[in-house]
Amino acid sequence: MTKPIGDYIEIISARSTDQEILKRSQDGGIVTAAYIYGLENGLLDGVIVADTTEGFKPMPKIAKTREDILSARGTKYSLSPNMSLVKDAVKEHALEKLGFVGTPCQVIAMKKMMQYPAAFRGTVNNIGLVIGIFCMENFPYNGMKTLIEEYAGVKMTDVLKTDIGKGKLFVYPKDGSEPIAIPIKETMPFEQKSCHVCMDYTSEYADFATGSVGSPDGWSTVIIRNKRGKDFIDKMIAAGKLETQPLDMESKFGFAMIEKLSTDKKTKNAKEIEHRIEMGLPVPY
Amino acid sequence: MSGCTGCLISFADTYEKLLDILSAVDLVYAITLADEVTKVTETEDKIVIERVYPDEVDIALVEGSICLDDHHAVELIKEVREKSKVVVALGSCAVTGGVTRFGRGGQNPQPTHTAFVPVAEVVKVDFALPGCPPSTDSIVKFVMAALEGDTDYLEMYAEFVKYTDASGENLIKQVISQGLCMGCGTCAAACQMRAVAMYDGKPDIRMEMCINCGSCVLQCPRIRMPKSKGLLEV
Ligand SMILES: Cc1cc2nc3c(=O)[nH]c(=O)nc-3n(C[C@H](O)[C@H](O)[C@H](O)COP(=O)(O)OP(=O)(O)OC[C@H]3O[C@@H](n4cnc5c(N)ncnc54)[C@H](O)[C@@H]3O)c2cc1C
Ligand code: SF4
Ligand code: SF4
Ligand code: SF4
Repeated sequence: MTKPIGDYIEIISARSTDQEILKRSQDGGIVTAAYIYGLENGLLDGVIVADTTEGFKPMPKIAKTREDILSARGTKYSLSPNMSLVKDAVKEHALEKLGFVGTPCQVIAMKKMMQYPAAFRGTVNNIGLVIGIFCMENFPYNGMKTLIEEYAGVKMTDVLKTDIGKGKLFVYPKDGSEPIAIPIKETMPFEQKSCHVCMDYTSEYADFATGSVGSPDGWSTVIIRNKRGKDFIDKMIAAGKLETQPLDMESKFGFAMIEKLSTDKKTKNAKEIEHRIEMGLPVPY
Repeated sequence: MSGCTGCLISFADTYEKLLDILSAVDLVYAITLADEVTKVTETEDKIVIERVYPDEVDIALVEGSICLDDHHAVELIKEVREKSKVVVALGSCAVTGGVTRFGRGGQNPQPTHTAFVPVAEVVKVDFALPGCPPSTDSIVKFVMAALEGDTDYLEMYAEFVKYTDASGENLIKQVISQGLCMGCGTCAAACQMRAVAMYDGKPDIRMEMCINCGSCVLQCPRIRMPKSKGLLEV
């Protein structure tokens, strides 16, 4: 097996220096800060985000302003088909430097498209940045709805934010009351089954990847994977848009935790893939 | 063969890359792009000028489906196969029949022409590159990989030869029904007919709009991932 968290140039802890971003971002607001920085400095001319519609339902959107990007802050633990807008973004919106964010599977979809762009005329050279987020699993919307409404007793229309961490799914209601915690073992039956053949935890093919694991609360881990990702993050740091600190390489909650979770995911899902092959079911590899 | 020449235009659209391609290959047979060898036959009432398919071609990019009602087409594709080391079905008409086979409203080039089949149903095909038309970028990448003999890259297109029936239905049969769809939405973006809409994070296919171009099937990362992981490092 290759390195548990893929190839990278550098790995750091970071967070946005913009208080407005941090107020509602999931973790260190890296995605939102990178998008806004890119837009304001001509590195990007539009981005794809996962916003929400009625009932905290994810909805991919093409964002071209700071407001639209801010509106999509925060993780939606449900499917947002971000790839579905890529062609519209470069064709109808004529974007030449498109920013993209996605879960590892979406980053893989993007990279496969860039390598085999048969149905994507004039798109490959218009992708300006590919940001990956870490991802252990995702949930179909109706699964998440059942969990939140039945288990936590919060209406989907009243959800402000959700977060998975410390072995629990936290549901933050809009009225500002205390978050309700659902233990992860209760959420497991609602996971999307296709996530169980997924062999990527840390968006191994993104320009840079980010997630909460490995860094203190309110900070993000950033894995810089290629030159484009490095140039982008370096510029953000130089412009004072990100504050950074070295990643914790000592304790088991830093680098070791990222490696452990990634290895756990790969080991578990490799078994599922093997099992499918034994049963004569198709696998995408 | 039978098609709209959109694939040829997409190929010619490679601009400066076309020059790279042309400097690496010797284009011996291509309507509008090259002076071909022709054979002139004079009979009592007419002069027939026919293009001649040369011997020992390294790679033949075949555009369009094969019209079984047209014996010239059938003979030519057989000749192409015989005289070429590698035959590539370029574009959806060649790969699945595309609009010539599945488009509604009569796409017949001649009123008597109604029977169109994918190239692979008539002769052995080595690679299939679907798309209506396949993007210029994809053609350049394909040709470059073929010239370099990059079998890791080409494997995806070699496997696609068997998809002569590819349609939006494959997404249901091969991905959703197999518990493999993770809702990325690539198929919806790929479909130029807008036959694929994302509904609750899964593709919903409006089959009446599908022209069986096969694009969504090629692009879906849950039907096939490139075997070599290095290919994802773009
Ligand atoms: C399904 C899922 C599972 C995750 N699992 C883990 C995990 O196990 N460990 C870990 O460390 N991190 C995980 N993350 C990532 C983490 O929750 C944060 O999204 C990440 O750290 C970015 O935070 P941020 O403050 O930089 O982003 P923000 O600035 O808050 O922006 C978040 C961005 O992510 C995008 N986004 C939100 N939801 C989705 C979605 N469903 N699909 C695609 N894009 C989306 C939004 O468009 C937004 O731009 C997961 C994310 C998702 C979506
Ligand atoms: S676990 Fe894998 S397949 Fe599932 S959403 Fe995350 S990246 Fe996608
Ligand atoms: S391209 Fe993505 S959304 Fe479409 S069928 Fe494949 S996995 Fe599902
Ligand atoms: S659904 Fe669209 S992309 Fe897929 S085969 Fe049909 S026309 Fe082509």
